[in-house]
Amino acid sequence: MTRTSDIGVMDKTRNVGVAMTRREDERLLTGGGRFLDDLPFGDFYEAAILRSNYAHARILAVNTDAARSLNGVIAIFTANELGPIMKDLPPKVVHPKLNYQVRLPIAMEYVRYIGEPIAVVVAENRYIAEDALELIEVDYEPLGSVGSTAEALKEGAPHVHVGSETNVAVHIIQQAGDPETALKTAPHVISETFEVTRGGGHSIEGRAVAARFDEVTRQLIVWDNTQAPHYVRQMLATIYEVGEDEIRLIAPADIGGGFGPKAQFYGEEVLIPWIAKEIKHAVKWIEDRWENFVSATMERSQTHRVEVGFDEEGHLLVLKDVFEHDQGAYCVGLQVPTITMSTLPGPYVIPNIHSELIACYTNIVPTSSLRGAGRPQAVVAMERMMDRIAEHLGIEPSEVRRRNLIQPDQFPYAVGLTFRDGSPLTYDSGNYPELLDGVLSRIDLKEFRGEQEAARKSGKFLGLGLAMFVEGTGIGPYEGARVRLTNTGRVLVSLAASPQGQGYETVYAQVAADALGCDIGLVEVRHGDTSFIPYGQGTFASRITATVGPAVWEAGGELRSDILSVAASLLKTDVGGLDLRGDAVEVFGSPEKRVTLAEIASIANVGRHGMSVPRDLPVALERTSYFKPTQAVYSSGISATIVSVDVETGKIEIIRSILGHDCGNVLNPLLVEGQILGGHAHGIGNAIYEEAKYSRDGQPLAVSYLDYALPTAMEVPTPELFHVISPSPLNPLGVKGSGEGGTIPLPASVANAVEDALRPFGARICELPLTPQRVLAAIYGLPKLEP
Amino acid sequence: MSEAIDVDPIESKIWITLTINGSKNSYFVEQRLTLADFLRKEVGLVGTHLGCEHGSCGACTIIMDDKAVRSCLLLAVQADGASLETVEGLARDGAMTPLQEAFRAHHALQCGYCTSGILLSLVARLREGPIETEAEARESLSGNICRCTGYTGMVSALLSLSNSKSGDEEKQ
Repeated sequence: MTRTSDIGVMDKTRNVGVAMTRREDERLLTGGGRFLDDLPFGDFYEAAILRSNYAHARILAVNTDAARSLNGVIAIFTANELGPIMKDLPPKVVHPKLNYQVRLPIAMEYVRYIGEPIAVVVAENRYIAEDALELIEVDYEPLGSVGSTAEALKEGAPHVHVGSETNVAVHIIQQAGDPETALKTAPHVISETFEVTRGGGHSIEGRAVAARFDEVTRQLIVWDNTQAPHYVRQMLATIYEVGEDEIRLIAPADIGGGFGPKAQFYGEEVLIPWIAKEIKHAVKWIEDRWENFVSATMERSQTHRVEVGFDEEGHLLVLKDVFEHDQGAYCVGLQVPTITMSTLPGPYVIPNIHSELIACYTNIVPTSSLRGAGRPQAVVAMERMMDRIAEHLGIEPSEVRRRNLIQPDQFPYAVGLTFRDGSPLTYDSGNYPELLDGVLSRIDLKEFRGEQEAARKSGKFLGLGLAMFVEGTGIGPYEGARVRLTNTGRVLVSLAASPQGQGYETVYAQVAADALGCDIGLVEVRHGDTSFIPYGQGTFASRITATVGPAVWEAGGELRSDILSVAASLLKTDVGGLDLRGDAVEVFGSPEKRVTLAEIASIANVGRHGMSVPRDLPVALERTSYFKPTQAVYSSGISATIVSVDVETGKIEIIRSILGHDCGNVLNPLLVEGQILGGHAHGIGNAIYEEAKYSRDGQPLAVSYLDYALPTAMEVPTPELFHVISPSPLNPLGVKGSGEGGTIPLPASVANAVEDALRPFGARICELPLTPQRVLAAIYGLPKLEP
Repeated sequence: MSEAIDVDPIESKIWITLTINGSKNSYFVEQRLTLADFLRKEVGLVGTHLGCEHGSCGACTIIMDDKAVRSCLLLAVQADGASLETVEGLARDGAMTPLQEAFRAHHALQCGYCTSGILLSLVARLREGPIETEAEARESLSGNICRCTGYTGMVSALLSLSNSKSGDEEKQ
């Protein structure tokens, strides 16, 4: 076990900072996990969903007669039978200029992407439900469709939303300084266009919803493997027009991966509970892999046109980026492109910035946040240009970066733009030169350039790529924790947010135990149920460590005070003379004078029915804290990759991958490392392998893992990790998020490495992922591949 | 297409007899029921998970007659007479196997959804011989997809196993 240094706020942290193995693991390793479809639901009916076969069409008629008469079919619902819930699913992040288009739970008159729900079949089991789907006849009137932002923006392109005058969803410009003048006066200006393709979240467990209306309590109980149980509950309460307490939303203890798509709100989540109530019978819907490809939100597709102006030494003077963002058929939220806009400047001092977003509707499944959430694309735009500046001036890429980094004494550093949370983009802390030094201490540049030169002579092409980033994490509005002393003398920590493998049961037991100063064995953590704690936001945007962490810390500290007050009263001493040891509170130096936690709970919580207690004795020992961050806290990192490119086959081999990361204080190094390693694999997928291809008119061309290449153990090398610790001054634990930092720099870093390897060919790497076809096209100047 | 569903699923049921984690039983199953759904829905062994249902991700891997198989690509009736091993059968008397322990020690799982299939793939592989190098470890994991971990913890877990005597128990 290792312990991080400089926790700062804690004089004695017995648990925080320790690389503890996880409490969750034993059940998961022995087949005892509690994933949604593993729950013993008994006689729940099963639903299957008929989805559009057309990227854009008018629905003229839906005939469900034959399907209804099939043995075992219970009910079929289309928009016609669902009038009361045919309401808008509102986007998460909006903008006053948004060309807003309503997104319904199920298609009514038009379908706008392949995969959009048209009908729900409820049957005795999924096999029969799927049989019934085959018997539903839909009469479509096909309409023109667009399968990319390029197609969507063409003159005379079909409109995704009939009646709308444009496919542009929003056009926003953010500026700092005077970029126009700076571009005119900069000694050097270079420009390039970069394209990043769509990719998916691909949690191995798909989405899933089950629901039962409890006639006894008149409560709708919904099981949903969402990342954000309270968010879904609030959405449902609004759409169903009921009080929030009439819905209990439970995210199962185990969720098979999230990565962003499970933090969004979908039509299926509205349909299934409503239908369960309508038919007075419990129903579940389990998304299959094809459905996941065509109906779970995706991300990444953006086209950036970047210009940078700089002086003779490579100091950045101005950055201008105009980018197209593929919003998909509906706007689920503008969080991704607004994050892209503000991630662009990264760790560099840039006096003049122009960041311009053109978000487009396309006839493809909507996009939303996915591990990295708009940042990998921004980092491609920025970091590829840093390498081009180096090439232009004939200096090392690392040196160009060094000359432009924000220095450790410049924090808090105001970039001059606005972040996705609505607050000014102001970095709270960091040490970017140390990140760069961390890489340079592991790679001898001179030696590498020598090897590279020698290798080229023997027909082997090596390249080095760097990419740095700054990542806003830990955003608001708040997240909560409830800490309670139970009748058994144990401490129960209830969290609103649900985990998808991050190890909340372990790490928040560590935080609670230290806040209380009690044995960690006494602490139990549960999560993801709206009946545990009334409000919450959910797991997304690498926000939980920096929001739940402080909430547990604060609530735990308050509960400790209460426990000691009760003990002081019982032991007739001062609070200052007491200590929590094992399962009891003892008087310092007189361990025989003690009262157990169970006794404290008995007196303060259970009480004696109807009897008064002393005025100063705290009762009901439960504390709830909602930590409300004032702004995002900014993690940062660097990736360095060394690749070898086979110029005959286009295959890229990653020889070394180095990742430096700074997420402030580390609560559990084992878990943080796990997040970085997992993110790194996702980044490699985005850099080289994963591509959700669509035809020009929006037909998905990769809808199985035979067409969509997820990286296996053969493709993902073990990276060399190092940590820099710049505690955040904005929360009591000094922590920042770590869920996405492994992913964010990889596409840019690998692309830089490949272009560096192929410099003798003058190859320009402008499109990701770097499939063999794209690499060969770049080497031999072949025309751009069309789908 | 209506012919296909004229087959009454009840009429088409047949009896199969098979051994699951050492215990032999007979079941009356629909012919079209997949082996994965059979284990999960009929037998109640829900530790075997479905990730793609087209044989790519490996989450549903179990051992059938000593070979690792994708239970999503087999029908339950094809397992008639076979001996199956699932994740529920690995730990004995509440004690996890050295492979399971190594997974925990090396943080080789996060969400844990794909883990059952990976464990069973590895148990079958380890019976063929030890995994001693990183290349062998990666090769042995290459039939399974994990989206959370980046595989590093699994590789470390496997190599730790070959470095300790307890690894022999996995090889039986």
